[in-house]
Amino acid sequence: MKLTRDEVESIAHLARLGISGDEIPPLADNLSRIIDFVQQLERADTEGVTPMAHPLNMTQPLREDRVTEPDQRDLYQQNATAVEAGLYLVPRVIE
Amino acid sequence: MHAMTLAQMARGLAAGEFSSAELVRHLLDRIGRLDGELNAFVTVTGDAALEAAQAADAARAAGTIGPLAGLPIAHKDIFCTAGVKTSCGSRMLDNFVSPYDATVVERLRAAGVVMLGKTNMDEFAMGSSNETSFYGPVRNPWDTSRVPGGSSGGSAAAVAARLVPAATGTDTGGSIRQPAALTGITGIKPTYGRVSRYGMIAFASSLDQAGLLTQTAEDAALLLGAMAGHDPRDSTSVDAPVPDYTAGLDAPLEGLKIGLVEQFMDEGLQPENAAAIEAALKVLEGLGATVRRISLPNIGLSVPAYYVVAPAECSSNLSRFDGVRFGYRTAEPRDLEDLYKRSRGEGFGAEVKRRIMTGTYVLSAGYYDAYYLKAQRVRQLIAADFRRAFEEVDVIVGPTSPTPAFELGAKVDDPVTMYLNDIYTIGVNLAGLPGLSAPCGFVDGLPVGLQLVGRAFDEGRILNVAHRYQQATDWHAQAPGGAFA
Repeated sequence: MKLTRDEVESIAHLARLGISGDEIPPLADNLSRIIDFVQQLERADTEGVTPMAHPLNMTQPLREDRVTEPDQRDLYQQNATAVEAGLYLVPRVIE
Repeated sequence: MHAMTLAQMARGLAAGEFSSAELVRHLLDRIGRLDGELNAFVTVTGDAALEAAQAADAARAAGTIGPLAGLPIAHKDIFCTAGVKTSCGSRMLDNFVSPYDATVVERLRAAGVVMLGKTNMDEFAMGSSNETSFYGPVRNPWDTSRVPGGSSGGSAAAVAARLVPAATGTDTGGSIRQPAALTGITGIKPTYGRVSRYGMIAFASSLDQAGLLTQTAEDAALLLGAMAGHDPRDSTSVDAPVPDYTAGLDAPLEGLKIGLVEQFMDEGLQPENAAAIEAALKVLEGLGATVRRISLPNIGLSVPAYYVVAPAECSSNLSRFDGVRFGYRTAEPRDLEDLYKRSRGEGFGAEVKRRIMTGTYVLSAGYYDAYYLKAQRVRQLIAADFRRAFEEVDVIVGPTSPTPAFELGAKVDDPVTMYLNDIYTIGVNLAGLPGLSAPCGFVDGLPVGLQLVGRAFDEGRILNVAHRYQQATDWHAQAPGGAFA
Protein backbone atom coordinates (compact mmCIF):
# COMPACT_ATOMS: atom_id res chain seq x y z
CA MET A 1 0.00 0.00 0.00
CA LYS A 2 1.02 3.61 -0.49
CA LEU A 3 -0.08 6.31 1.94
CA THR A 4 -1.15 9.56 0.30
CA ARG A 5 -0.06 13.04 1.31
CA ASP A 6 -3.51 13.66 2.80
CA GLU A 7 -3.35 10.48 4.86
CA VAL A 8 0.06 11.41 6.25
CA GLU A 9 -1.20 14.88 7.16
CA SER A 10 -4.27 13.43 8.81
CA ILE A 11 -2.22 10.98 10.92
CA ALA A 12 0.12 13.82 11.93
CA HIS A 13 -2.90 15.89 12.96
CA LEU A 14 -4.30 13.04 15.08
CA ALA A 15 -0.89 12.81 16.80
CA ARG A 16 -0.71 16.65 17.14
CA LEU A 17 2.64 16.46 15.38
CA GLY A 18 3.69 19.43 13.30
CA ILE A 19 5.44 18.23 10.13
CA SER A 20 6.85 20.34 7.33
CA GLY A 21 6.09 19.86 3.64
CA ASP A 22 9.57 18.43 3.11
CA GLU A 23 8.99 15.74 5.72
CA ILE A 24 5.83 14.40 4.08
CA PRO A 25 7.26 12.43 1.09
CA PRO A 26 9.86 10.47 3.13
CA LEU A 27 7.29 9.87 5.89
CA ALA A 28 4.75 8.61 3.36
CA ASP A 29 7.37 6.27 1.91
CA ASN A 30 8.67 5.03 5.30
CA LEU A 31 5.24 4.56 6.87
CA SER A 32 4.02 2.70 3.78
CA ARG A 33 6.97 0.32 4.01
CA ILE A 34 6.43 -0.23 7.74
CA ILE A 35 2.73 -0.93 7.23
CA ASP A 36 3.45 -3.35 4.36
CA PHE A 37 5.96 -5.09 6.61
CA VAL A 38 3.59 -5.53 9.56
CA GLN A 39 0.85 -6.84 7.26
CA GLN A 40 2.64 -10.21 7.37
CA LEU A 41 0.71 -10.67 10.62
CA GLU A 42 -2.33 -11.51 8.49
CA ARG A 43 -0.83 -14.90 7.67
CA ALA A 44 -0.93 -16.02 11.32
CA ASP A 45 -3.90 -18.15 12.29
CA THR A 46 -5.17 -16.50 15.47
CA GLU A 47 -8.68 -17.96 15.47
CA GLY A 48 -9.83 -18.25 19.11
CA VAL A 49 -6.62 -16.71 20.54
CA THR A 50 -7.18 -14.11 23.28
CA PRO A 51 -5.18 -10.91 22.69
CA MET A 52 -2.38 -10.56 25.22
CA ALA A 53 -3.05 -7.97 27.91
CA HIS A 54 0.08 -8.57 30.01
CA PRO A 55 3.28 -10.40 29.04
CA LEU A 56 3.04 -12.72 32.04
CA ASN A 57 -0.77 -12.75 32.02
CA MET A 58 -0.84 -11.14 35.46
CA THR A 59 -3.61 -8.87 36.69
CA GLN A 60 -3.22 -5.34 37.97
CA PRO A 61 -2.90 -5.06 41.75
CA LEU A 62 -5.26 -2.76 43.67
CA ARG A 63 -4.40 -0.48 46.54
CA GLU A 64 -6.29 1.83 48.86
CA ASP A 65 -6.85 5.30 47.45
CA ARG A 66 -4.78 7.32 49.91
CA VAL A 67 -2.75 10.51 49.54
CA THR A 68 0.91 9.47 49.49
CA GLU A 69 2.66 12.31 47.68
CA PRO A 70 3.50 15.67 49.29
CA ASP A 71 2.81 18.95 47.45
CA GLN A 72 5.91 19.69 45.34
CA ARG A 73 4.35 22.06 42.84
CA ASP A 74 7.14 24.66 43.05
CA LEU A 75 9.79 22.00 42.42
CA TYR A 76 7.92 20.56 39.45
CA GLN A 77 7.21 23.96 37.93
CA GLN A 78 10.93 24.71 37.71
CA ASN A 79 10.82 22.64 34.51
CA ALA A 80 8.02 24.69 32.92
CA THR A 81 8.68 27.41 30.34
CA ALA A 82 5.88 29.70 31.52
CA VAL A 83 4.18 29.72 34.93
CA GLU A 84 2.40 32.37 36.95
CA ALA A 85 0.95 32.15 40.46
CA GLY A 86 1.43 28.38 40.42
CA LEU A 87 -0.37 27.95 37.11
CA TYR A 88 1.02 26.76 33.78
CA LEU A 89 0.58 29.38 31.08
CA VAL A 90 -0.55 28.52 27.54
CA PRO A 91 -1.89 30.70 24.70
CA ARG A 92 -5.36 32.09 25.32
CA VAL A 93 -8.01 29.42 24.60
CA ILE A 94 -11.23 31.45 25.12
CA GLU A 95 -11.43 34.97 23.68
CA MET B 1 42.80 0.12 37.31
CA HIS B 2 40.07 0.71 34.67
CA ALA B 3 40.51 -2.78 33.19
CA MET B 4 39.21 -4.44 36.36
CA THR B 5 35.77 -5.98 36.50
CA LEU B 6 33.29 -4.64 39.01
CA ALA B 7 33.88 -7.69 41.22
CA GLN B 8 37.63 -7.05 41.16
CA MET B 9 37.04 -3.41 42.07
CA ALA B 10 34.80 -4.49 44.97
CA ARG B 11 37.55 -6.78 46.26
CA GLY B 12 40.19 -4.04 45.85
CA LEU B 13 38.07 -1.55 47.79
CA ALA B 14 37.37 -4.08 50.55
CA ALA B 15 41.08 -4.95 50.85
CA GLY B 16 42.03 -1.26 51.01
CA GLU B 17 44.20 -1.50 47.87
CA PHE B 18 42.68 1.75 46.62
CA SER B 19 39.91 4.11 47.65
CA SER B 20 36.67 4.82 45.82
CA ALA B 21 37.85 8.42 45.35
CA GLU B 22 41.04 7.21 43.62
CA LEU B 23 39.06 4.85 41.40
CA VAL B 24 36.50 7.51 40.50
CA ARG B 25 39.21 10.11 39.75
CA HIS B 26 40.98 7.63 37.46
CA LEU B 27 37.79 6.86 35.53
CA LEU B 28 36.73 10.52 35.28
CA ASP B 29 40.14 11.27 33.81
CA ARG B 30 39.66 8.50 31.23
CA ILE B 31 36.19 9.77 30.35
CA GLY B 32 37.65 13.27 29.91
CA ARG B 33 40.39 11.98 27.59
CA LEU B 34 38.53 9.38 25.56
CA ASP B 35 34.86 10.25 25.40
CA GLY B 36 35.35 13.00 22.85
CA GLU B 37 35.82 10.24 20.29
CA LEU B 38 33.06 7.91 21.55
CA ASN B 39 30.32 10.39 22.58
CA ALA B 40 29.09 7.82 25.11
CA PHE B 41 28.14 10.40 27.75
CA VAL B 42 25.50 13.14 27.59
CA THR B 43 26.37 14.40 31.09
CA VAL B 44 29.35 13.70 33.35
CA THR B 45 28.65 14.38 37.02
CA GLY B 46 32.28 14.58 38.20
CA ASP B 47 31.93 16.72 41.33
CA ALA B 48 28.94 14.80 42.67
CA ALA B 49 30.71 11.51 41.89
CA LEU B 50 33.82 12.51 43.85
CA GLU B 51 31.68 13.60 46.79
CA ALA B 52 29.78 10.32 46.77
CA ALA B 53 33.04 8.36 46.49
CA GLN B 54 34.53 10.23 49.46
CA ALA B 55 31.35 9.54 51.45
CA ALA B 56 31.67 5.84 50.60
CA ASP B 57 35.33 5.87 51.68
CA ALA B 58 34.39 7.57 54.97
CA ALA B 59 31.64 5.03 55.60
CA ARG B 60 34.10 2.22 54.89
CA ALA B 61 36.56 3.68 57.41
CA ALA B 62 33.73 3.85 59.96
CA GLY B 63 32.79 0.25 59.22
CA THR B 64 29.24 1.02 58.10
CA ILE B 65 29.20 -0.15 54.55
CA GLY B 66 27.54 -2.58 52.14
CA PRO B 67 29.26 -4.71 49.48
CA LEU B 68 28.52 -2.29 46.60
CA ALA B 69 29.57 0.95 48.28
CA GLY B 70 32.02 3.06 46.34
CA LEU B 71 31.63 1.13 43.07
CA PRO B 72 31.26 3.34 39.98
CA ILE B 73 28.39 3.19 37.49
CA ALA B 74 26.84 5.23 34.68
CA HIS B 75 23.10 5.49 34.12
CA LYS B 76 21.42 5.49 30.74
CA ASP B 77 19.92 8.95 30.26
CA ILE B 78 16.42 7.43 30.29
CA PHE B 79 16.51 7.10 34.10
CA CYS B 80 15.42 10.17 36.05
CA THR B 81 18.17 11.52 38.29
CA ALA B 82 17.24 14.20 40.84
CA GLY B 83 18.87 17.55 40.05
CA VAL B 84 20.63 16.20 36.94
CA LYS B 85 19.57 16.66 33.31
CA THR B 86 17.60 13.65 32.05
CA SER B 87 17.35 14.04 28.27
CA CYS B 88 16.33 10.61 26.96
CA GLY B 89 18.52 11.49 23.97
CA SER B 90 15.95 14.03 22.79
CA ARG B 91 15.75 17.73 22.08
CA MET B 92 12.34 17.45 23.76
CA LEU B 93 14.02 16.90 27.16
CA ASP B 94 17.28 18.78 26.57
CA ASN B 95 16.17 21.32 29.19
CA PHE B 96 14.67 18.79 31.64
CA VAL B 97 16.21 18.51 35.10
CA SER B 98 14.47 15.67 36.87
CA PRO B 99 12.91 16.59 40.23
CA TYR B 100 13.22 12.99 41.47
CA ASP B 101 15.22 9.75 41.18
CA ALA B 102 14.06 6.65 39.32
CA THR B 103 13.71 3.66 41.66
CA VAL B 104 16.71 2.00 39.98
CA VAL B 105 18.84 5.09 40.61
CA GLU B 106 17.55 5.50 44.17
CA ARG B 107 18.24 1.86 45.09
CA LEU B 108 21.76 1.83 43.69
CA ARG B 109 22.52 5.18 45.32
CA ALA B 110 21.24 3.83 48.65
CA ALA B 111 23.64 0.88 48.25
CA GLY B 112 26.50 3.37 47.94
CA VAL B 113 27.04 2.93 44.18
CA VAL B 114 28.59 6.09 42.71
CA MET B 115 27.10 7.63 39.54
CA LEU B 116 29.72 9.05 37.15
CA GLY B 117 27.27 10.37 34.58
CA LYS B 118 24.43 9.77 32.15
CA THR B 119 24.96 7.87 28.92
CA ASN B 120 23.91 8.67 25.38
CA MET B 121 21.13 6.66 23.76
CA ASP B 122 18.83 6.52 20.77
CA GLU B 123 16.12 9.16 21.16
CA PHE B 124 13.49 7.83 23.59
CA ALA B 125 15.23 4.42 23.22
CA MET B 126 13.95 4.10 19.64
CA GLY B 127 16.77 2.73 17.54
CA SER B 128 19.27 -0.09 17.12
CA SER B 129 22.41 1.91 16.29
CA ASN B 130 22.46 4.93 18.61
CA GLU B 131 22.24 7.17 15.55
CA THR B 132 18.89 8.76 16.46
CA SER B 133 20.20 10.66 19.50
CA PHE B 134 19.82 14.46 19.56
CA TYR B 135 23.41 14.49 20.88
CA GLY B 136 24.85 12.70 17.87
CA PRO B 137 25.83 9.09 17.32
CA VAL B 138 27.91 7.00 19.73
CA ARG B 139 30.90 5.24 18.20
CA ASN B 140 31.97 1.66 18.78
CA PRO B 141 35.37 1.51 20.57
CA TRP B 142 36.29 -1.62 18.56
CA ASP B 143 36.09 0.41 15.35
CA THR B 144 35.01 4.03 15.62
CA SER B 145 33.61 4.05 12.07
CA ARG B 146 30.97 1.59 13.31
CA VAL B 147 27.87 1.84 15.51
CA PRO B 148 27.81 0.42 19.05
CA GLY B 149 24.23 -0.83 18.62
CA GLY B 150 21.28 0.67 20.43
CA SER B 151 19.39 1.94 22.06
CA SER B 152 21.69 1.61 25.12
CA GLY B 153 24.68 2.42 22.87
CA GLY B 154 26.32 4.94 25.20
CA SER B 155 26.19 2.51 28.12
CA ALA B 156 27.63 -0.27 25.94
CA ALA B 157 30.45 1.84 24.47
CA ALA B 158 31.36 3.21 27.93
CA VAL B 159 31.65 -0.27 29.45
CA ALA B 160 33.44 -1.74 26.40
CA ALA B 161 36.00 1.09 26.41
CA ARG B 162 36.46 0.56 30.17
CA LEU B 163 35.34 4.10 30.99
CA VAL B 164 33.04 2.57 33.62
CA PRO B 165 32.82 -1.03 34.83
CA ALA B 166 29.01 -1.11 34.63
CA ALA B 167 26.09 0.87 33.28
CA THR B 168 22.34 0.61 33.43
CA GLY B 169 20.32 0.14 30.28
CA THR B 170 16.78 -0.51 29.17
CA ASP B 171 15.55 -3.14 26.74
CA THR B 172 12.23 -2.91 24.90
CA GLY B 173 13.16 -5.05 21.88
CA GLY B 174 16.86 -5.81 22.38
CA SER B 175 18.28 -2.44 23.48
CA ILE B 176 20.56 -3.97 26.13
CA ARG B 177 21.45 -7.31 24.51
CA GLN B 178 22.16 -6.09 20.96
CA PRO B 179 24.60 -3.27 21.94
CA ALA B 180 26.23 -5.63 24.46
CA ALA B 181 26.84 -8.12 21.62
CA LEU B 182 28.15 -5.46 19.23
CA THR B 183 30.64 -4.11 21.79
CA GLY B 184 31.84 -7.40 23.30
CA ILE B 185 30.31 -7.10 26.77
CA THR B 186 27.62 -8.80 28.88
CA GLY B 187 24.07 -7.43 28.96
CA ILE B 188 21.05 -8.69 30.87
CA LYS B 189 17.39 -7.83 30.40
CA PRO B 190 15.48 -9.24 33.37
CA THR B 191 11.93 -10.63 33.32
CA TYR B 192 9.20 -8.06 32.65
CA GLY B 193 8.28 -6.62 36.05
CA ARG B 194 11.45 -7.81 37.84
CA VAL B 195 12.88 -4.27 38.04
CA SER B 196 10.78 -1.17 38.70
CA ARG B 197 10.01 1.11 35.76
CA TYR B 198 9.27 4.07 38.07
CA GLY B 199 11.22 7.09 36.84
CA MET B 200 12.33 5.24 33.68
CA ILE B 201 10.95 7.30 30.80
CA ALA B 202 8.35 5.11 29.12
CA PHE B 203 8.58 3.95 25.50
CA ALA B 204 6.40 0.81 25.28
CA SER B 205 5.09 0.03 28.75
CA SER B 206 4.25 -3.65 28.19
CA LEU B 207 7.78 -4.37 26.91
CA ASP B 208 10.18 -1.96 28.69
CA GLN B 209 12.51 -3.42 31.29
CA ALA B 210 15.63 -2.08 33.02
CA GLY B 211 18.84 -4.08 33.15
CA LEU B 212 22.62 -3.92 33.11
CA LEU B 213 25.65 -3.78 30.83
CA THR B 214 28.83 -5.12 32.44
CA GLN B 215 32.01 -6.96 31.53
CA THR B 216 30.87 -10.21 33.14
CA ALA B 217 27.82 -12.12 34.31
CA GLU B 218 29.27 -12.03 37.83
CA ASP B 219 29.23 -8.21 37.74
CA ALA B 220 25.64 -8.19 36.52
CA ALA B 221 24.66 -10.56 39.34
CA LEU B 222 26.26 -8.23 41.90
CA LEU B 223 24.17 -5.25 40.82
CA LEU B 224 20.91 -6.91 39.78
CA GLY B 225 20.09 -7.97 43.34
CA ALA B 226 20.26 -4.32 44.43
CA MET B 227 18.10 -3.09 41.52
CA ALA B 228 15.37 -5.72 41.43
CA GLY B 229 12.29 -6.17 43.55
CA HIS B 230 8.78 -4.93 44.11
CA ASP B 231 8.08 -1.21 43.98
CA PRO B 232 4.61 -0.01 44.94
CA ARG B 233 5.15 3.01 42.63
CA ASP B 234 5.17 0.72 39.56
CA SER B 235 1.94 -1.27 39.38
CA THR B 236 3.52 -3.73 36.92
CA SER B 237 6.50 -4.50 39.15
CA VAL B 238 6.16 -8.02 40.46
CA ASP B 239 5.87 -8.74 44.17
CA ALA B 240 8.19 -11.76 44.35
CA PRO B 241 11.30 -12.31 46.47
CA VAL B 242 14.67 -11.40 44.91
CA PRO B 243 17.21 -14.22 45.22
CA ASP B 244 20.93 -13.62 45.85
CA TYR B 245 22.01 -13.83 42.22
CA THR B 246 25.68 -14.25 43.18
CA ALA B 247 24.98 -17.36 45.29
CA GLY B 248 24.12 -19.59 42.33
CA LEU B 249 26.78 -18.39 39.89
CA ASP B 250 29.07 -21.38 40.35
CA ALA B 251 26.38 -24.08 40.23
CA PRO B 252 27.54 -26.93 37.96
CA LEU B 253 25.91 -27.29 34.53
CA GLU B 254 25.72 -31.10 34.63
CA GLY B 255 22.31 -32.15 33.40
CA LEU B 256 21.37 -28.67 32.15
CA LYS B 257 19.14 -28.92 29.08
CA ILE B 258 19.80 -26.27 26.45
CA GLY B 259 17.59 -25.64 23.42
CA LEU B 260 19.05 -24.01 20.30
CA VAL B 261 16.38 -22.15 18.32
CA GLU B 262 16.45 -23.69 14.86
CA GLN B 263 14.73 -20.68 13.27
CA PHE B 264 17.65 -18.48 14.37
CA MET B 265 20.31 -20.60 12.67
CA ASP B 266 19.03 -20.12 9.11
CA GLU B 267 20.47 -18.17 6.17
CA GLY B 268 19.81 -14.81 7.86
CA LEU B 269 22.76 -15.43 10.18
CA GLN B 270 26.32 -14.89 8.93
CA PRO B 271 28.14 -18.28 8.70
CA GLU B 272 31.07 -17.08 10.86
CA ASN B 273 28.57 -15.86 13.47
CA ALA B 274 26.79 -19.24 13.39
CA ALA B 275 30.17 -20.97 13.86
CA ALA B 276 30.82 -18.85 16.98
CA ILE B 277 27.45 -19.94 18.42
CA GLU B 278 28.16 -23.62 17.63
CA ALA B 279 31.58 -23.33 19.29
CA ALA B 280 30.01 -21.77 22.41
CA LEU B 281 27.57 -24.67 22.61
CA LYS B 282 30.49 -27.11 22.47
CA VAL B 283 31.97 -25.33 25.49
CA LEU B 284 28.68 -25.62 27.37
CA GLU B 285 28.46 -29.32 26.45
CA GLY B 286 31.98 -29.73 27.80
CA LEU B 287 30.68 -28.29 31.09
CA GLY B 288 28.02 -31.00 31.29
CA ALA B 289 25.04 -29.46 29.49
CA THR B 290 23.11 -31.21 26.73
CA VAL B 291 22.05 -29.32 23.62
CA ARG B 292 19.13 -30.05 21.33
CA ARG B 293 17.42 -28.08 18.57
CA ILE B 294 14.04 -26.61 19.43
CA SER B 295 11.45 -24.88 17.29
CA LEU B 296 9.60 -21.62 17.98
CA PRO B 297 7.17 -21.82 15.03
CA ASN B 298 5.76 -18.28 15.34
CA ILE B 299 9.01 -16.46 16.16
CA GLY B 300 9.27 -15.20 12.56
CA LEU B 301 6.31 -12.92 13.26
CA SER B 302 7.90 -11.28 16.29
CA VAL B 303 9.36 -8.26 14.46
CA PRO B 304 6.09 -7.33 12.70
CA ALA B 305 4.10 -7.90 15.95
CA TYR B 306 6.55 -5.69 17.80
CA TYR B 307 6.33 -2.92 15.20
CA VAL B 308 2.60 -2.70 15.85
CA VAL B 309 2.59 -3.03 19.65
CA ALA B 310 5.64 -0.85 20.42
CA PRO B 311 4.67 2.14 18.22
CA ALA B 312 1.08 1.94 19.50
CA GLU B 313 2.26 2.17 23.10
CA CYS B 314 4.83 4.81 22.14
CA SER B 315 2.23 7.04 20.51
CA SER B 316 0.20 6.90 23.71
CA ASN B 317 3.13 7.36 26.13
CA LEU B 318 4.70 10.22 24.20
CA SER B 319 1.45 12.20 24.12
CA ARG B 320 2.55 13.59 27.51
CA PHE B 321 5.17 15.74 25.76
CA ASP B 322 2.98 18.69 24.87
CA GLY B 323 5.20 21.72 25.55
CA VAL B 324 3.10 22.82 28.53
CA ARG B 325 4.48 21.50 31.84
CA PHE B 326 8.06 20.50 31.03
CA GLY B 327 10.32 19.88 28.07
CA TYR B 328 10.74 21.79 24.83
CA ARG B 329 8.28 24.55 23.97
CA THR B 330 8.16 26.23 20.57
CA ALA B 331 8.63 29.99 20.27
CA GLU B 332 5.58 32.29 20.01
CA PRO B 333 2.78 29.77 19.46
CA ARG B 334 -0.32 31.22 17.76
CA ASP B 335 -2.78 29.14 19.74
CA LEU B 336 -2.90 25.99 21.86
CA GLU B 337 -2.98 23.59 18.91
CA ASP B 338 -0.01 25.37 17.34
CA LEU B 339 1.82 25.09 20.68
CA TYR B 340 1.26 21.31 20.77
CA LYS B 341 2.06 20.67 17.12
CA ARG B 342 5.16 22.80 16.76
CA SER B 343 6.59 21.85 20.18
CA ARG B 344 6.25 18.16 19.24
CA GLY B 345 7.27 18.62 15.61
CA GLU B 346 10.43 20.53 16.57
CA GLY B 347 11.17 18.59 19.78
CA PHE B 348 11.07 15.05 18.33
CA GLY B 349 13.51 13.60 15.79
CA ALA B 350 12.66 11.65 12.62
CA GLU B 351 12.57 8.10 14.06
CA VAL B 352 10.40 9.12 17.02
CA LYS B 353 7.99 10.86 14.64
CA ARG B 354 7.83 7.73 12.45
CA ARG B 355 6.96 5.58 15.45
CA ILE B 356 4.38 7.99 16.86
CA MET B 357 2.74 8.11 13.44
CA THR B 358 2.88 4.33 12.93
CA GLY B 359 1.29 3.91 16.36
CA THR B 360 -1.34 6.55 15.69
CA TYR B 361 -2.21 4.83 12.40
CA VAL B 362 -2.54 1.30 13.82
CA LEU B 363 -4.69 2.55 16.70
CA SER B 364 -6.93 4.76 14.55
CA ALA B 365 -10.61 4.05 13.96
CA GLY B 366 -11.14 1.13 11.59
CA TYR B 367 -7.62 -0.28 11.93
CA TYR B 368 -7.47 -1.22 15.63
CA ASP B 369 -8.68 -4.82 15.19
CA ALA B 370 -6.63 -5.47 12.05
CA TYR B 371 -3.34 -4.32 13.53
CA TYR B 372 -3.26 -3.89 17.30
CA LEU B 373 -5.55 -6.73 18.38
CA LYS B 374 -4.06 -9.00 15.72
CA ALA B 375 -0.53 -8.25 16.98
CA GLN B 376 -1.56 -8.92 20.59
CA ARG B 377 -2.99 -12.30 19.46
CA VAL B 378 0.24 -13.16 17.62
CA ARG B 379 2.13 -12.15 20.75
CA GLN B 380 0.16 -14.78 22.67
CA LEU B 381 1.25 -17.41 20.08
CA ILE B 382 4.91 -16.40 20.45
CA ALA B 383 4.72 -16.57 24.27
CA ALA B 384 3.08 -20.01 24.00
CA ASP B 385 5.94 -21.23 21.75
CA PHE B 386 8.42 -20.29 24.47
CA ARG B 387 6.30 -21.96 27.19
CA ARG B 388 6.16 -25.20 25.21
CA ALA B 389 9.91 -25.11 24.61
CA PHE B 390 10.59 -24.59 28.31
CA GLU B 391 8.72 -27.84 29.07
CA GLU B 392 11.65 -29.59 27.36
CA VAL B 393 14.68 -27.40 28.10
CA ASP B 394 15.96 -25.17 30.91
CA VAL B 395 17.62 -22.45 28.84
CA ILE B 396 17.08 -21.35 25.24
CA VAL B 397 20.03 -20.09 23.22
CA GLY B 398 20.76 -18.43 19.90
CA PRO B 399 22.70 -15.53 18.46
CA THR B 400 22.01 -12.02 19.76
CA SER B 401 22.34 -10.15 16.47
CA PRO B 402 22.50 -11.30 12.82
CA THR B 403 25.73 -9.38 12.08
CA PRO B 404 28.52 -7.70 14.01
CA ALA B 405 28.59 -3.89 14.31
CA PHE B 406 27.81 -2.15 11.01
CA GLU B 407 29.13 1.16 9.66
CA LEU B 408 27.56 4.42 10.79
CA GLY B 409 24.94 5.47 8.28
CA ALA B 410 24.67 2.01 6.67
CA LYS B 411 21.03 1.40 7.62
CA VAL B 412 19.58 4.84 8.33
CA ASP B 413 17.70 5.13 5.04
CA ASP B 414 15.41 2.15 5.47
CA PRO B 415 13.65 1.77 8.83
CA VAL B 416 12.57 -1.82 8.12
CA THR B 417 16.19 -2.95 7.51
CA MET B 418 17.14 -1.30 10.79
CA TYR B 419 14.25 -3.01 12.61
CA LEU B 420 15.48 -6.45 11.49
CA ASN B 421 18.62 -6.03 13.63
CA ASP B 422 16.50 -7.10 16.57
CA ILE B 423 15.11 -10.23 14.93
CA TYR B 424 16.56 -12.58 17.61
CA THR B 425 15.88 -10.40 20.65
CA ILE B 426 12.36 -9.01 20.14
CA GLY B 427 10.46 -12.25 20.78
CA VAL B 428 11.93 -12.38 24.28
CA ASN B 429 10.39 -8.98 25.11
CA LEU B 430 7.04 -9.96 23.59
CA ALA B 431 7.00 -13.01 25.90
CA GLY B 432 8.27 -11.02 28.92
CA LEU B 433 11.20 -13.41 29.54
CA PRO B 434 14.72 -12.72 30.87
CA GLY B 435 17.52 -12.63 28.28
CA LEU B 436 21.26 -12.18 28.40
CA SER B 437 23.96 -11.62 25.80
CA ALA B 438 27.52 -12.78 26.47
CA PRO B 439 30.52 -12.30 24.16
CA CYS B 440 31.28 -15.56 22.28
CA GLY B 441 33.85 -14.68 19.63
CA PHE B 442 34.82 -12.32 16.84
CA VAL B 443 33.82 -11.99 13.20
CA ASP B 444 36.19 -9.85 11.10
CA GLY B 445 37.74 -8.53 14.30
CA LEU B 446 34.37 -7.44 15.72
CA PRO B 447 32.69 -9.04 18.75
CA VAL B 448 29.54 -11.17 18.49
CA GLY B 449 27.21 -12.38 21.24
CA LEU B 450 25.54 -15.56 22.45
CA GLN B 451 22.00 -15.00 23.68
CA LEU B 452 20.63 -16.99 26.65
CA VAL B 453 16.91 -16.90 27.46
CA GLY B 454 15.43 -18.19 30.70
CA ARG B 455 12.01 -18.99 32.11
CA ALA B 456 10.22 -16.06 33.74
CA PHE B 457 12.09 -15.00 36.91
CA ASP B 458 14.93 -17.43 36.19
CA GLU B 459 17.59 -14.69 35.84
CA GLY B 460 19.71 -16.68 38.28
CA ARG B 461 19.94 -19.57 35.82
CA ILE B 462 21.05 -17.55 32.79
CA LEU B 463 23.57 -15.68 34.94
CA ASN B 464 24.85 -19.05 36.18
CA VAL B 465 25.23 -20.44 32.64
CA ALA B 466 26.91 -17.24 31.40
CA HIS B 467 29.25 -17.19 34.40
CA ARG B 468 30.32 -20.82 33.93
CA TYR B 469 30.84 -20.11 30.23
CA GLN B 470 32.96 -17.07 31.10
CA GLN B 471 35.02 -19.17 33.54
CA ALA B 472 35.83 -21.49 30.63
CA THR B 473 36.46 -18.81 27.95
CA ASP B 474 38.05 -15.38 27.78
CA TRP B 475 35.97 -13.59 25.12
CA HIS B 476 34.52 -11.31 27.83
CA ALA B 477 38.03 -10.30 28.90
CA GLN B 478 39.00 -8.99 25.44
CA ALA B 479 38.98 -5.21 25.31
CA PRO B 480 39.43 -2.73 22.47
CA GLY B 481 43.04 -1.72 21.92
CA GLY B 482 44.56 1.46 20.54
CA ALA B 483 43.59 4.62 22.41
CA PHE B 484 41.19 2.64 24.62
CA ALA B 485 43.73 0.16 26.02
